[in-house]
Amino acid sequence: MAEATHEEVHRHPAPTSFIRKYIFSLDHKVIGIQYILLALSAVVVGMIMSVLMRVNLSWPGTHIKIMETLFPQGAPAGVMTPEFYLSLVTMHGTIMVFFVLTTAPQGGFGNYFLPIQIGADDMAFPTLNMMSFWVTFVGFVVILMAIFAEGNATVGGWFTKLGESFAGGSGTVGPIGGWTGYPPLSALGKIAGPGQGAGLNLWIISIAIFCVGSLLGALNFITTLLNMRTRGMSMMRMPLTCWAWFTTAILALLSFPVLLGGGILLLLDRIAGTSFFIPGGLYVSGSLVPLHNGGSPLLWQHLFWFFGHPEVYIAILPGMGATSHILSTFARKPVFGYRAMVFAIFAIGMLGFFVWGHHMFMSGMSPYSAIAFSILTLSIGVPSAIKTFNWLGTLWGAKIRFTTPMLFSIGFVSLFVAGGITGLVLGQSSLDFFFHDTYFVTAHFHLVMGVASIFGMFAATYFWFPKMFGRMMHEGIGKIHFWITFLGVYAIFIPFHAMGMLGMPRRYARFDEYEFLKQSHGLVLFVTVAAIITVIAQVLFYFNFIWSIWKGARASDNPWEATTLEWSIPSPPPHDNFAGRVPVVHHGPYEFSVPGAPNDFIMQTEPQGAET
Amino acid sequence: MGRLLAIAIWVITLLSVWMFVSGKWWFPASISAHGPRYDSQFLITIIVVGISFTAAQVGLGWAVWKFRDNAGAQRAAYSHGNNRLEVIWTIVTAVIFISLAVMGQRVWASLHLYSAPPGSLQVEVVAQQFSWNFHYAGKDKAFGRTDPNLIDDAALNFVGLDETDPNSKDDAVVSTLVIPVDRPVELILRSKDVTHSFWVPQLRFKQDLVPGMNIRVHFTAVKTGKYELACAELCGMNHYKMKSYLLVLPGNEFDELAALPQAQFQTRKDELLNKYQLPTY
Repeated sequence: MAEATHEEVHRHPAPTSFIRKYIFSLDHKVIGIQYILLALSAVVVGMIMSVLMRVNLSWPGTHIKIMETLFPQGAPAGVMTPEFYLSLVTMHGTIMVFFVLTTAPQGGFGNYFLPIQIGADDMAFPTLNMMSFWVTFVGFVVILMAIFAEGNATVGGWFTKLGESFAGGSGTVGPIGGWTGYPPLSALGKIAGPGQGAGLNLWIISIAIFCVGSLLGALNFITTLLNMRTRGMSMMRMPLTCWAWFTTAILALLSFPVLLGGGILLLLDRIAGTSFFIPGGLYVSGSLVPLHNGGSPLLWQHLFWFFGHPEVYIAILPGMGATSHILSTFARKPVFGYRAMVFAIFAIGMLGFFVWGHHMFMSGMSPYSAIAFSILTLSIGVPSAIKTFNWLGTLWGAKIRFTTPMLFSIGFVSLFVAGGITGLVLGQSSLDFFFHDTYFVTAHFHLVMGVASIFGMFAATYFWFPKMFGRMMHEGIGKIHFWITFLGVYAIFIPFHAMGMLGMPRRYARFDEYEFLKQSHGLVLFVTVAAIITVIAQVLFYFNFIWSIWKGARASDNPWEATTLEWSIPSPPPHDNFAGRVPVVHHGPYEFSVPGAPNDFIMQTEPQGAET
Repeated sequence: MGRLLAIAIWVITLLSVWMFVSGKWWFPASISAHGPRYDSQFLITIIVVGISFTAAQVGLGWAVWKFRDNAGAQRAAYSHGNNRLEVIWTIVTAVIFISLAVMGQRVWASLHLYSAPPGSLQVEVVAQQFSWNFHYAGKDKAFGRTDPNLIDDAALNFVGLDETDPNSKDDAVVSTLVIPVDRPVELILRSKDVTHSFWVPQLRFKQDLVPGMNIRVHFTAVKTGKYELACAELCGMNHYKMKSYLLVLPGNEFDELAALPQAQFQTRKDELLNKYQLPTY
């Protein structure tokens, strides 16, 4: 095992200027907070979009004054057009998946706590780390530009000057393609309809930039974890959070390049006349598409989902790590089956690369490969079940402290089960005949990769806030926030299953065209009300977060009586984390309630007792 | 807090299970030969899902209820796990999940791994933004040649049928899918522009139509009537109203219709479309 020999090599002095300290910082802790703030901003955009979508689905024709002002074309007289709705679907998905679920769990908390938890003074490559954040930030700016390039005639006009394929101002707030952007719809340009000009180009460019940022981050995580563990920190003494971040980084390293490649090819199809994804003989909007021949729409689907499925685990594995960690801490018990948990994380990550075809059962690919993908998909249920079993095992015989982070972690387990279990339905190729592209799928992935991941991040925020800012978040507000959010997300996403049972297709701007969807009316309304309440409740979180930075009760070094290295240093930690000394680790990460020990927890650095 | 949380988790579980068990929100009745096999596979799966879901949530609720921090207990139990339990649990779930997966291939295999039975009615389905075209071969059972260069929406030649080809003389291109009951139907699916998806909930069947591909699928409808046909793959701004109908006719009525010359075919088809009502949902 690699021992720490990095004391001199990686040291960089504390910055003095404001810009180097808070903006272009090399400090992994500042960069972690930057990622978290980026996610906290992006999630507001994504949530506003989801509320607008719900309003349109429940009360089509609603006048919204501000939309008329901002988007006179896409929302004439403040009323949303179907294409405007579809662009909201696309942007909501893209912003949430990339800029929220991929940034906060890994770039945010991973950046801040991975080096500290393994006893390093920073990431292996601080400059690369800074670059990965700022590249990601540019990606976010570009995706925001897509909103106005399509939504605003003036801004759209600027883009139109860049050439035909950049034509803007079509009255949407981004492209129409869903977050999956299937060609040929996404490859043909503005003849395929509104939102297919500047909005789509910017969408691809944003994702490509995001891929680069994630790749840089992944390299850094892997190197840091393998090379910079402190004395005594063997792999099997690492907190499960580190295992989760490590596995996530491997997934990102292997999957983002494929999406990057796919994105570049798609962009070339659009602006350089290539035909990677466009077959010959297409007839679109009243005329034959000239000059394209030989491309395959399925090629994109394979490339996209080769990335897209591991991406699901990129979003949720850090949440699993945080949950395992927090459950153990507040159960005052060691993690049940640490070794099994490590293998399960790794198994989920690796199997995640062999199941992308389950997104494509109905796509027209070989029916034989569908069978292989289907059986492999249901096998992922096994390591997922191991994790659930071990979380329950961790709670069994515990002495639970119901702090806000603990509530969110228990919520994570509940939501992960609720969302994950329907994978048994959707993973069967046969059953997909009915459920593919219905709200049943929307229910499944929102619960498991959306809401469960977010619960992992809420838990992480409430748990580590005292370390990051030296003050506690308000417990009372936190608990109210938990209760409304926990009940709210179930009220939103469980009825989605019922809609799926009725056969309701995703990505429909309206449901009144079909008789078989009419009976869903009550459900749709119920979900909208639940969504609005849940979204409003998030104000509590934002208020708590900002207020506590300045006004929260002072936090001690180890307010939760936890065991891992971050709790052995001041809150907030000094610039180089361990103030120049090299921590020595004597114990595994979860030594709680050890019989005969003076306290009910033994910190990893404590020399007392036998090595564990 | 522990008791409250346990109760909340149990109530959520109860309501979620009730939502499925109540039958208020269930599939529309199936009309295809493979429908009953589909429905029973789903029923088996959803029972396994329901039991696992309930067991996990009840267990979670029980743990937070029972092991909430009470002043009585000195300390939590010190345990790093139990390998035996771990192995048993892993094997049990692996057996259940993999068996489900293998069973779940039967309907799939019956529709996708075998070619359509001889004597199937062939219909070419050509999707476009935002409508459906159904191309029938007519009496000679041979499709006329089609060519994208001949497509002319303005002249109503939606599929690019070559009028000079003798096989196309008795071909019909209509906007409703009309099929006979109890007879296998083979669809040849393609798209003119972007990816669409053929979706009739009552058929328990869905298939994408991909530009550049001719995808063959087959099924048998076993109940006459008129059913809605929707697009299930995002295809552009009017995706939500890319709608058509599936009309399943008694054999004699279908044969009668198919024998008509093209001009009368259209009128008669519209009459039949009015005659049959949508099922009540």
